[in-house]
Formats: sequence, C-alpha cells, structure tokens
Amino acid sequence: MEKVDLNYYAKVHSIESFGTVDGPGIRFVLFLQGCNLKCKYCHNRDTWDINGGSYKSLDYIFNKIIRYKNYIYPNGGVTVTGGEPLLQSKFLIELFTKLKNENIHTCIDTSGMVALTEDIKKLLSLTDLLLLDIKHINSEKCKSLVGFSNKLELEFAKYSSENGIKLWIRQVLIPGITDDEKDLLDLKKFISELKTVEKIEILPYHKLGKYKWEKLNLKYELDSVREANNDDVLRAKKILGLT
Amino acid sequence: MDFKQWNDLKKGDWQSEINVRDFIQHNYTPYNGDSSFLSSATENTKKLWEEVLELYKKEKDSNGGVLDIDTKTISTISSHKAGYIDKDLEQIVGLQTDEPLKRAIMPFGGIRIVEKSCEAYGREVDKDVDKIFHTVRKTHNDGVFSVYTPDIRAARSSHLITGLPDGYGRGRIIGDYRRVALYGVDVLIEEKKQELETLDVDCFTEEIIRQREEISEQINALKELKNMANMYGFDISAPASNAKEAVQWLYFGYLGAIKDQNGAAMSIGRTSTFLDIYFERDLKNGILTEEQAQEIMDHFVMKLRLVRFLRTPEYNELFSGDPVWVTESIGGMGIDGRTLVTKNSFRILHTLVNLGPAPEPNLTVLWSVNLPDGFKRFVTDLSIKTSSIQYENDDLMRITLGDDYGIACCVSPMKIGKQMQFFGARANLAKTLLYAINGGKDEISGKQITPEYAPITSEYLNYDEVMKKFDQMMDYVAKIYIKALNAIHYMHDKYSYEAIEMALHDREIIRTMACGIAGLSVVADSLSAIKYAKVKVIRNEAGLAVDYDVEGDFPKFGNDDDRVDEIAVSIVKTFMNKLRKHQTYRNSKHTLSILTITSNVVYGKATGNTPDGRKAGSPFGPGANPLHGRDTNGALAVMNSIAKLPFDSAEDGISYTFSITPGTLGKDEEQRVTNLVNMLDGYFSQTGHHINVNVFDRSLLEDAMEHPEKYPQLTIRVSGYAVHFTKLTREQQLDVINRTIHERI
Repeated sequence: MEKVDLNYYAKVHSIESFGTVDGPGIRFVLFLQGCNLKCKYCHNRDTWDINGGSYKSLDYIFNKIIRYKNYIYPNGGVTVTGGEPLLQSKFLIELFTKLKNENIHTCIDTSGMVALTEDIKKLLSLTDLLLLDIKHINSEKCKSLVGFSNKLELEFAKYSSENGIKLWIRQVLIPGITDDEKDLLDLKKFISELKTVEKIEILPYHKLGKYKWEKLNLKYELDSVREANNDDVLRAKKILGLT
Repeated sequence: MDFKQWNDLKKGDWQSEINVRDFIQHNYTPYNGDSSFLSSATENTKKLWEEVLELYKKEKDSNGGVLDIDTKTISTISSHKAGYIDKDLEQIVGLQTDEPLKRAIMPFGGIRIVEKSCEAYGREVDKDVDKIFHTVRKTHNDGVFSVYTPDIRAARSSHLITGLPDGYGRGRIIGDYRRVALYGVDVLIEEKKQELETLDVDCFTEEIIRQREEISEQINALKELKNMANMYGFDISAPASNAKEAVQWLYFGYLGAIKDQNGAAMSIGRTSTFLDIYFERDLKNGILTEEQAQEIMDHFVMKLRLVRFLRTPEYNELFSGDPVWVTESIGGMGIDGRTLVTKNSFRILHTLVNLGPAPEPNLTVLWSVNLPDGFKRFVTDLSIKTSSIQYENDDLMRITLGDDYGIACCVSPMKIGKQMQFFGARANLAKTLLYAINGGKDEISGKQITPEYAPITSEYLNYDEVMKKFDQMMDYVAKIYIKALNAIHYMHDKYSYEAIEMALHDREIIRTMACGIAGLSVVADSLSAIKYAKVKVIRNEAGLAVDYDVEGDFPKFGNDDDRVDEIAVSIVKTFMNKLRKHQTYRNSKHTLSILTITSNVVYGKATGNTPDGRKAGSPFGPGANPLHGRDTNGALAVMNSIAKLPFDSAEDGISYTFSITPGTLGKDEEQRVTNLVNMLDGYFSQTGHHINVNVFDRSLLEDAMEHPEKYPQLTIRVSGYAVHFTKLTREQQLDVINRTIHERI
C-alpha cells in the first residue's frame, strides 16, 4: 500500500480482546505500531518500527470492536496503546468519533510526548481517559532514558488537565533510575498541580519484555538493573503520598 | 391428595398430579440479597469432614486410588446393609455400600469390566458372581457385542468412534429425586400403577408390552427404595415433613440410583431451590436455624463427595480423576421473570467454603444476564477462589427447555423427569478428515477401515476436493455411529434398565440420541489451512498421506475470524444433518455435543498428523476450545468464536474451558469479580452455551505436579467437569498446563 489514507487506515501491531489493566473494566486493547521514543525499558520493543505491523481499515477495526460491545459496555471500553497512539491521531479521530456515537468509553495510553497540534486537540476532545506515562520528571534523566526531554509531555499533561480530560498518571518504577526520592517528590508536586487526575499507578519495572529485544537482535541495555519489588513500590507510594 | 406434611404450602396442581415444577413455582422464595446471611461450618461438620479427609488420604494411598471393593455383593438398590461415616455426627445418611469409599460391583453392564477393574486394584471377583454372569445371566456388554457388525467394530477399534458406552453404564439420566421428598414413595407407586392401567389396551403391541414391563420394574424399584431407606431407619413411603427429611428423602432417591447403576454420569438434577422451600418453611416456623440449615446442606454435599464407582484404568485415561458428575444445576430464571435463585442456591455453593474446594458435586450455575447482582458477585468470587464452578446459558436453554431443566454430566440439558438421553460418546472428526484424504485407510495403521473410497493423490490439497471427500466420509461415519448407538441403547434397556431413575420420570418422555464430536478446532483449522494457505501432502512409500507441510499463514479458530469460524459452524451443521438422516432407537431425537471431557488427550494420541500442522499424537483442544496456542487475540475473541457455534445444531451442549491467571483477570479482588461478571454476561449474550472458569497461576500447577501432597484439594475445571488436579495422569496435567492460560505481561 503506497498511498494510504491515514484518516482511514492505521498501522496495527495487534489486538487484545480482554484487557483488564489498561483502564477501567474490560478493555478492547488496540496496539498501534510505531513509536517516537526509545525507552530503554520498553516491554513492547517490537512495536517501535513504523514500518512494521500492518494496515487495517477503520471499518475493520470498528467492526471488530463492536463484536465486543456485550462485554465492555457496563464499565469498560476501548484502550489504544502501542507504540505511541498519538502518532496516528488522524485515524484515531475518525475511530473515536464512531465509538462515541456508540457510547463506548475511549482511552489512550500515551507518553504525551507530542506537540499540541489541532489534530491532537481534536482527538483529546473525543477521549474519555488518558493513561499518561510520565517518563521522567527530571528532564535530563528523561532524555537519557527515552531519548527526549520531558518538555512536551508535561505540556501535554497540563493541557489535558485544563481541558477536563481525566488522567491516570503512570510511573514506571525502575530501581536506580526513576525511584530517586527527590524526583518522586517533584513528580508529586507536578501531579498536585493537575486538576483531573483520578488515579496514580506505580508500575514496577520487570524484564518480561527482554526477550522481544533479543528476538530482534538488539542489546537490552537495562540488563544489569534489577526488577522492582513490592517494597520498592510501597516506598514510592509512600513518597508520593499514596498510602 | 393431601398430607399433613404439606401444611403451610400453597396449593396448586402439584397436589392432584406429579408436578414438581408447579410446586416450586407456587412456593419458592426468590432471593435477591447477598451472601451475608450464610453460616460457617459447625463443629460437627468440621469433625465429620476431618474424618472424610482422613478417608480420602487412605484412598489416595491405596492401590490405584481405590480404598476397598465389595467383590461379592452384586449391587442393587437394597443390596448392602446400612453404612456410615460416623453415625452420631451425620445429619444425612446413606452410603453405596456398608462402608464409606468401598466400591460396589455392578456387573449388569458387563462382567469383564468388573473383572478387569478388580484385577487392576489387586482384587478378584467372587467366584459365584463370576459364574452367574458368565454362564447364567447375559449382560449389556454381551448383548451389544452379539449384534455389532464388522464396520462398527472396525470404526471402534481404529478410534474413529470412541468412548462408546458398550461396556459400561450409559448414565446421563437424571431421576427427579425431588419427587421422593415431595410425594413420598407410595404416591409414586400409585401413579405408576395407574400408568400400567393406561397401558392395559386391546392392541397389545411390542411397544406396549415393553412399556408395561418397564413400569413393572419401576414399581419394584420403588418398593426396593423403601426397603433401603428402612435399613437406615426411615420410612419414606409418605412425604418429607421438614427440611432435613426433604434432603434425606431426596438423597435416598439418588442413592438408589447410584447403587443400581454405574453410569458414566450420575447427575442429581436441580434440587437446591426445591429444597429451599422446606428450609424457608422450617426457618419461618422457628424449628430450624440458619446454622442448622447450612449444616444439613454441608452434610448432604459431603455424601455427594463420597460417591464412587468401580472403573478400569483405561476408563480413567478417557475421563480422568474418578469423576461421577453429580451435577447440580443452580439458579437460572423462571419463565415468569422471577429469579430461581434462593438462599439455598447460596448454601450449596457455600459448601465450597465450609468444606473447601472439590470437583463433586459438579456445581453448575445456570447463568442469566438477569440473575440478581448479589448472586452474580457471590458465585464469581467463589469461582475465582476455587475454580470449581461451571456456567451454562440459562437465557439460551430456557427458550426450548423451560425453567425446570437440569444438566446431566457436563453440558447436556434435559427437562427434569420428562426427558432422558441415550448417551453416545463421540466421533473423531479429525480422523474422519484424514480418512477422507486417505480413502478410508487409517493414517497410523494403514488398514482399510471404511469401504474403499478414492484417496486424494495430488501433491497439494485442493479445498473443494477435500470438502467433497470429507462430506462423503462424514456420511459414512454418521451411519456407522447411529448403528452402533442403536445397538448399545437397545441392549442397555434390555439388560441394564435404569428402573429407579426411570421410576422418577413421567411415562411419556422425550428421548434424545446424544451424539458428540471431538477435534472440531483441528478440523476447522485444517480446512482453513487448505483453503487459505498451501498444504503439501507427504506420503509414505505405500502412498499413504502421513504428514502435511503448511506453506503460509491461515486464519485459525478462536480469533473471532469469520473465515475459519464459519467453517467450524458449517461442519457442526453438516454433521448434525447427516446424523438426522438415520433412524434412531425408540425414535429418539438426534442431538449433538461438542465436548470431550479429558478424552481430548486420548483422541489426539490416536490421531496422526493433521493438515493444520498439528503433530501426530498431540492432544486436541478440549470440547469446542481452539487448539492450544492458536488463539492470539485474547480471551474474548475465543469466546466470540465459540459462541458462533449453533446451539440449534448442538443441543447437547458446547463446552468451553477457560483458564486465566488472577492478575490478567483484574488488578484486585473487586475488579476480578466485576470483570468476570461482565465477561459472563457478555459471553452468554453472544449466545455462548457453556464455560468452565479456572483462575490460577501456571506456577501453582507446576508446583502441584511436583508436590501433590501439598495440594490435596486443588480443584480445576476441565471440559465439563472438575477434578482434583493431583488425580490427573501426568500427561493430562501437562495438557492442562500447556493449554492456553490467558496471561498478559
């Protein structure tokens, strides 16, 4: 497919019909292909390459989702993740418009690391919930961890908050990298200034995605970093004032 | 009719005719609340259960897991003297033999099975019994083999048709044991006598004569049932007068059945809501406390957990873990819109807490989207904690079966007391497909099993050609299959008639010829591979197709992909229609199930390489499940695929076994319950028929394989029933572990 109308086609990595950890209730999870970041701890390394995945049409995806209406209606919905879903905002505007017509709850799992274009703003107006993964509250450390400073994502968070979009803030807890007490206190302060935060989730770092790097013959840089355990999570929660 | 035992009950047709449903509808109290009223186990219960656990342990350590066998007494309704676990503690009494877990011999089905079983567990059948059944009295098994034709024998020994009840009791008949409690046995005998009178007609045909003989046997069985109860010091000729008696009377009815028949599945019906009426009456009259009510149900269930049959190790390979399918159907909705959930629906499920998880009784929830929320949350929470519950779609079954049906065995619905089935095991459709390709030669032995058809000789399989030949082969299998079943059920009626179970039925009943299929997802995927990818045939030197090379990808069953799901749907419809072409014994209605129980392992073992890339000997998916690892779009996609299979063409049930890790089901207990409720509502709204729900971590099962002693009560749901995980064969344990457990990182 050389000329693809990006309003009606998306680069899809895969779907999961029964998601329960990415948003409330039962979620139809759409994994889009392609990411602009280079997070060293990424557990879906295979979703980065913008040339990977396969194009699926709007109708195809919408009709698939509708097949799960009976399960997701009561308190679930659709979560788009990836990769970075906001790279395919034109498509998502069309999809979410259709989903809102069906009264289906919409959610995007994102780093928010994109410029606030008109498309992004339009998409956000159709989004019920954002799972916003703050990569690192310290801009320098952020750059080293994911390849970019955190400027865009913090702006994105503020914009979403000001426009009344519900937020679940996520922080991947990586021992020695994102668990510094001062950083966590800064994160706490930043979050406290947002008005629409419903939930803060600490996601303990794990290496279950390492094999995906190896499969692609890539070096897994965080090999020497240990996985976060329950105590780490409790400590972080305490610092963030969540317990 | 009127009895003082019926005081405080609302009047209705049930008093002038045998009509349990009418009694329930007039008298039951729907319960919309939560589980907070429930009582925990009493000291008595705990003590008694400890004794049972001790017995279990002894049984497990005994030769082949069989504690003891009475090799001398031919089991009948009243053959054994009264037996107890601990007489002073037992609220509900009655055992199959004179001691708990001692197994009885039931040679009317077949003496060889009895001999083989005894031998396997280091015993020998009493010489006199042996002599009687070898020289004097013919058995069901003898009868069947005296009429089997060569084509049936060939199909049977090549595993084209397997598990046929030609050497063991057919089971899957549910007596309406509630009638014993509601009416007492004398009323039932009177009713049967009137039926005999109805059959005193001028045109004295074979059919009439047979019916008269059967009813006479039923009357004798009812009399014997009274004798049996007498041995325990109870007179059950009159109706039960209180809750404890109602449970006891009902259980005696069931006990009569399990002493009379070693049926493959001996299900108990739909009893808990019926019994609730008695509990409510006693609670209202202040003669019973909630604690006592629960104690009675706990002791009742304990009895159901002690049911044992003598079976061979080969049987265990097919249906692993010593199952008896004491299936109890719970909940559902009435046709008037009221829920049939009562407090006693909660109590029977609560035995999983008071006595711990267990495979029996086979607790089956008839799920409706309209069930009360309190019940939905209670039962799903228990499901998550115990993996001991199965669910079947009441909204779907109520349409044709009304609101007083129950499940026999795993997934077979039938109107209680008004319908029975001729159990038919299953045909191996994956093998049928291979026979189509090889012109009726077995892919493993190379023997010609069916008449010689032209085999496929091309290098690559052509979809249209394969379909044409597969269609012919299905025609052949359907014909042989019905022939075999007609022979089996003719002989079973003749030599091993279920008199006590049928005595608890109406005279005019619906009979179904319940056929089954195994390997549906293997066939669907194979045909999909042939249609959407390229399948190259690899032949041996004799020209027999023995392996297949699949080039390219193809849609696989279990991903909600119509391209392959429609193939599966069409196979089910087609095979069902082929069965319908053949005249059945006693004009029974053809039905079909998609259910394998644990035999998916054995069927797989007996089936060569298939065109979907499945390797020879590896297990099929159980029931209607996709083949292990073929589903890549998550759990709901699997459910959507299975829900497409048409219940109209598979009225005997469509089984799906679902396993998930706790973390994948939801982040915390509250969410897991909510998600499971929504999942079940969704699946059944999609018209799914049945689902087993297992919630556990793979690591737990792996540990249980290595350290079985740590997990004496670990229960898991396999196709249509539950088992103690540690009682499965190692092969089956591996199959369960390798089977898709939905998990997400």
